[in-house]
Amino acid sequence: MTLKLKEAQRQRAREGSPWTGLWVVVAKEMADHLTSVRMRILEVLIVLTAAGTVYAAIRNLQNTVGQDPFLLMKLFTTAQEPLPAFVGFLGFLIPLIAIALAFDSVNGEFSRRTISRVLAQPIYRDALLMGKFLAGLFTLALVLTVIWLLIIGAGIVGMGVPPSGEEVARSLWFLLASVFYGGIWLALAMVFSIVFRQPATAALACIAVWLFFTVFWEILVGMAAPMLRPVQFGSVEEILAQAQLELALSRLSPNTLYSEVMLALLQPTVRSVGLVLPIQLHGAVLGTPLPLHQSLLLIWPQLTGLIAATILLFAVGYVLFQRREIRA
Amino acid sequence: MSELMIETHGLSKRYGDVVAVDSLDLAVRQGEVFGLLGPNGSGKTTTILMLLGLTEPTAGSVRVLGLDPARQPLSVKARVGYMPDEVGFYDELTARANLIYIAQLNGLSREEAARRIDEVLERMGLSEVADRPVATFSHGMRRRLGVADVLLKQPQLIIMDEPTQGLDPEGARGFLRIIHTLKEEGITVLLSSHLLHQVQAVCDRVGLFRHGCMELEGTVTELAQRVLGSAYRIQLQADGPAPTLTEALQQLPGVVDVQHQGDGRYQVAAASDLRAEAANAVVSAGGRLLGLDVEAPSLDNIYARYFEEVEHDAEA
Repeated sequence: MTLKLKEAQRQRAREGSPWTGLWVVVAKEMADHLTSVRMRILEVLIVLTAAGTVYAAIRNLQNTVGQDPFLLMKLFTTAQEPLPAFVGFLGFLIPLIAIALAFDSVNGEFSRRTISRVLAQPIYRDALLMGKFLAGLFTLALVLTVIWLLIIGAGIVGMGVPPSGEEVARSLWFLLASVFYGGIWLALAMVFSIVFRQPATAALACIAVWLFFTVFWEILVGMAAPMLRPVQFGSVEEILAQAQLELALSRLSPNTLYSEVMLALLQPTVRSVGLVLPIQLHGAVLGTPLPLHQSLLLIWPQLTGLIAATILLFAVGYVLFQRREIRA
Repeated sequence: MSELMIETHGLSKRYGDVVAVDSLDLAVRQGEVFGLLGPNGSGKTTTILMLLGLTEPTAGSVRVLGLDPARQPLSVKARVGYMPDEVGFYDELTARANLIYIAQLNGLSREEAARRIDEVLERMGLSEVADRPVATFSHGMRRRLGVADVLLKQPQLIIMDEPTQGLDPEGARGFLRIIHTLKEEGITVLLSSHLLHQVQAVCDRVGLFRHGCMELEGTVTELAQRVLGSAYRIQLQADGPAPTLTEALQQLPGVVDVQHQGDGRYQVAAASDLRAEAANAVVSAGGRLLGLDVEAPSLDNIYARYFEEVEHDAEA
């Protein structure tokens, strides 16, 4: 009886690990990414952007060297007309790279008719999808890390001031947040590459979502908040409620989350990313920088939000891919 | 030798209301070449995908090499080679790089993979183009690379979906020779096709598919006897009184039907090759034998006749 039960349990569970072959897929996909013309173009684009903005920032900062304890951070955030700061560019370069890495990841296998041949090998579908996602994330992390190192190097050479430990720690956290901000768009592009059979359709859908959050979301939130929480009598509570709703809605966009993380990490003097009432500022010494762990506490929800959204979108893609019929 | 490589019982697959495969009972023995025949959309590819565990059956049971492909897919896929109907490769990679990826997915060591890849490329006559991107390959070369890819894991069973589709006659003949050599090595082959004379040339047994059911199964000769009522058609030309000759031929044991087609030509349908007996009968009946020929059973005839009959029944 127990033997039968054990046998039944063994039969119900699939044999082997779902991760068999995962690293083979990761290695192959990363090699593809790193040698593709598409990535070359994006790399040139991002290096040029970084060079331009950082050069402008160094020129601007050379006069104030020695006055600012967070010089390295300024490299990322200093803007000089007509160029915006490097972080401003990152806000839309990261989604662009992430989308370019993943929009044809699954439907490309279908259109090249390689999917059935690959899945006929002793691996599970999990390994293929996870491998593709990880390869995209690693590639993104690689590109961003290289840029990060280049900028720090340029800063040391250009200004002659070595970065402090706190600055390095802050910019490393910023790097992590950037990777997961990219992770959201990577996972989204992957979901679309599973849903749509044509890579072009998937790419367009990704761009549409990205445009929606970059351009229209703020406008929509600006219109929706007064409608949902109208200010009828002009009381403080009403105005506060409306502002809070507006903030909550705008935080549904990954762009908002990322820019808040960026703000708190790269500008240590920032004490709040939400609404601040005068009473809350009682006793605060304005203009003094927060220690790193306080800045992290400030944007912890945003950071976990970025990571959670990445995982959630990947899970959606995972379920869709598992249910997908292999025959074209 | 009679060990079953593939065994299905009541295997069914439904997509919503559409029945793709309807309670299929299939048995393929070790070392034989089995052909799945049927028009497009008759459920051949769906059956193959279920055998590999790439699609879950709606009902019924499957055993491939004694394993359940839905529960033990890794063991099944490590031992079974599959060549899809339109085999695709990563065009920007070389033939060798494509095979290396597959070898790694099969968990082969670097040395073992390199050795086996050289071996299968050599065998398929692709050694010289091994380091060219697959994008430059012709259709026939892609097919051969597909076989190389399948052989890489040294399978016990090879499943091929429409292996000769889109090949020129010479390429198709070459491909059938490859299947012959696989059989000689003791590898069991299951192939699907609608190119009948090719299937006939290479398969030990065939199964006729229609609307998701395997309606007929057996050797080509068996099918001919069942569908045509007779496996052999003897063309005979003789001078002499037609009614007498016709009667003489009809009285031969094993003759099913005799038709006088005018001008001294007769067509005799028989269960076996009765040329000698027929010649004897004509001569004894006082006729002068002018010509004698036999037409072996052709799958084309069986197929055409069978589906004709079934359509006819459906309309009636």
